[in-house]
Amino acid sequence: MSAVTGSGERGLRKVFEKPDLLLSAEHSLCPGCGEPVALRVILEAVQELGLRERTICVAGIGCYTAFPMIMDVDVMQALHGRAPSVATGVKRVRPDAFVFTMQGDGDMISEGLQEVLHAAARGERITAIVFNNAVFGETGGHMTAATVLGQHTKTSVGGRDRERHGNPIRISELVAQLDGAAYVARSAVHTPSAIKLTEQYLRDAFQCQLEGRGFSLLEILTMCPTDWFVTPAQGPAFLAERIEPTFPLGIIKS
Amino acid sequence: MPERVLMEGSAAIVEAAVQAGCRFYAGYPITPSTEILELMSVRMPQVGGTCMNAESEIEAIGMVWGAAGCGVRSMIASTGQGISLMQESFAELANAQIPIVAVNMCRGQGDYFQATRGGGHGDYRFIVLAPSTAQEAADLTQLAFHLADKWRNPVMIMGDFLLSHTSEMVSFAAPALAELPPKEWAVTGAKGRRGITLSPLGPSEKLSTDVAAALANVTAKHSAIVSEEVRVEHGFLEDAELVVVAFGFPGRFVKYAVRLARERGLRVGYVRPISLWPFPRHAVASAAATARAVAVFELNAGQMIEDVQLSVLGRVPVVAIGGISHDHSGFGVGPLLNVEHILKRIGQVYSGKEDP
Ligand SMILES: Cc1ncc(C[n+]2csc(CCOP(=O)(O)OP(=O)(O)O)c2C)c(N)n1
Ligand code: SF4
Ligand SMILES: [Mg+2]
Repeated sequence: MSAVTGSGERGLRKVFEKPDLLLSAEHSLCPGCGEPVALRVILEAVQELGLRERTICVAGIGCYTAFPMIMDVDVMQALHGRAPSVATGVKRVRPDAFVFTMQGDGDMISEGLQEVLHAAARGERITAIVFNNAVFGETGGHMTAATVLGQHTKTSVGGRDRERHGNPIRISELVAQLDGAAYVARSAVHTPSAIKLTEQYLRDAFQCQLEGRGFSLLEILTMCPTDWFVTPAQGPAFLAERIEPTFPLGIIKS
Repeated sequence: MPERVLMEGSAAIVEAAVQAGCRFYAGYPITPSTEILELMSVRMPQVGGTCMNAESEIEAIGMVWGAAGCGVRSMIASTGQGISLMQESFAELANAQIPIVAVNMCRGQGDYFQATRGGGHGDYRFIVLAPSTAQEAADLTQLAFHLADKWRNPVMIMGDFLLSHTSEMVSFAAPALAELPPKEWAVTGAKGRRGITLSPLGPSEKLSTDVAAALANVTAKHSAIVSEEVRVEHGFLEDAELVVVAFGFPGRFVKYAVRLARERGLRVGYVRPISLWPFPRHAVASAAATARAVAVFELNAGQMIEDVQLSVLGRVPVVAIGGISHDHSGFGVGPLLNVEHILKRIGQVYSGKEDP
């Protein structure tokens, strides 16, 4: 798939195309979902850094579980919450492999919180990527440990309430406190400049692993219009206005 | 290593695993399986392997999943409680067809159901081997790695406190096992080929969607395993009027008790299942065919007895002569594991004083 704009030869210039590592331009995720955008950025980075043949991706369980079948890299599909321990086993027996995990907020921050904390504390030389859309997307819109205060989900009807539902966890700030964590950053995919930031942070995080400096984490805020109960077009604004204030973008540790 | 060495069952399992090429271990301490973790933490680095002090059994099995999925022979050990925590992964490792060896050093023999039926979800099975001596533990550990790779299916070694802690003479002859094909299914990085997805959810070829076929491939192996991998020991069956069935370390006590019963003129024989799954159904059934009754000695409230009943199919009475038995710690050997006691129970059933 490629898009073209005016100028250049015969007035046409290619500005965008499907990454080679994406085996199909079709996916089963919703219109306006942020996760396919993040996947494109990840695959482009793997390709540009020449890591394809060394890459082992460990995937969690969420809407992004559809990706392993269209990614042209080796993938180990882990159970819900378990990607960090599985990736640990992979990296320990294949230290030359380039290992990254792909989890959601429900997967990493709800179900598997202790896994990511322990892997970070051990300083495993892996890169953990979390798509944070502040909701269990795949199950149909339920509250996770990262759902923001006031956010309506099917299990925090009318909005997450501090008294009733407790407070959201900022996973990046939590992981950054651990000595084994060498690089921690938070980006998003709701605007072109945010996507640029994701590209830059991802390279930093990958570089951190390649230099053997320790555990790296990139939290990517992704749109989930379906389970935010807004239209696809409203997703980016919802992210900026409702999600990002709880999860400020930037490098948290490097 | 000298030809024969004195070592505990735990140590025998560790050495056999090292010799079988195990190079990854992850564990979390729990009596009576802790010695395996202690020994692995020393032995793995010596042979270029890795031993992880996992922060929980759930993370331990995740680590083993990752290592084994890369094609490295990997082992995990625990005790009932820790094994319970691993069940989700156990079920899905079988679906992903990732070979691992899991050791359960049980307290008593209370985990027979958990081992043979599985505490996880879905249609999976583990091959389960129950050694009764340190030597057999070493031999079956070597075999377990072979069977796991051969069938691409997890294998469990089921032991207990006594097996773990009893020192016996053990030798480590290289077993005569057939060559296995290279692990082309393993995740290695997509060098010179398209990527693969090693997954419990479906096929490993990219873009493939035939989930049902992938799961059917897993269960299709079960009948082949049942016909090829039954292992059993038996004795004194020819004219036996009473057949006693027992497994694991208590199986040795039963063997000895049966021998004493013979010396006292009782026509008693024994069957000791070595593979608990697949269960030696035919061996039990044919032993029962010429007997008056079958007695089952197991240190639990009655678990394997169901497999015995399923083998005997009501042709003769099946009587439980074991029971739950622990020492005051809850870990160790209880009063029922006693040859005189077993002999007395055998005598009661034999003479018909025990109403079946
Ligand atoms: C042990 C277990 N519990 C629950 C589920 C059900 N489940 C599947 S996907 C999912 C939510 C995933 O949420 P997240 O990781 O945030 O990903 P998203 O769908 O939002 O992209 C849940 C709870 C499961 N697969 N396994
Ligand atoms: S439910 Fe949300 S996260 Fe899942 S595909 Fe739809 S938009 Fe994306
Ligand atoms: Mg989510």
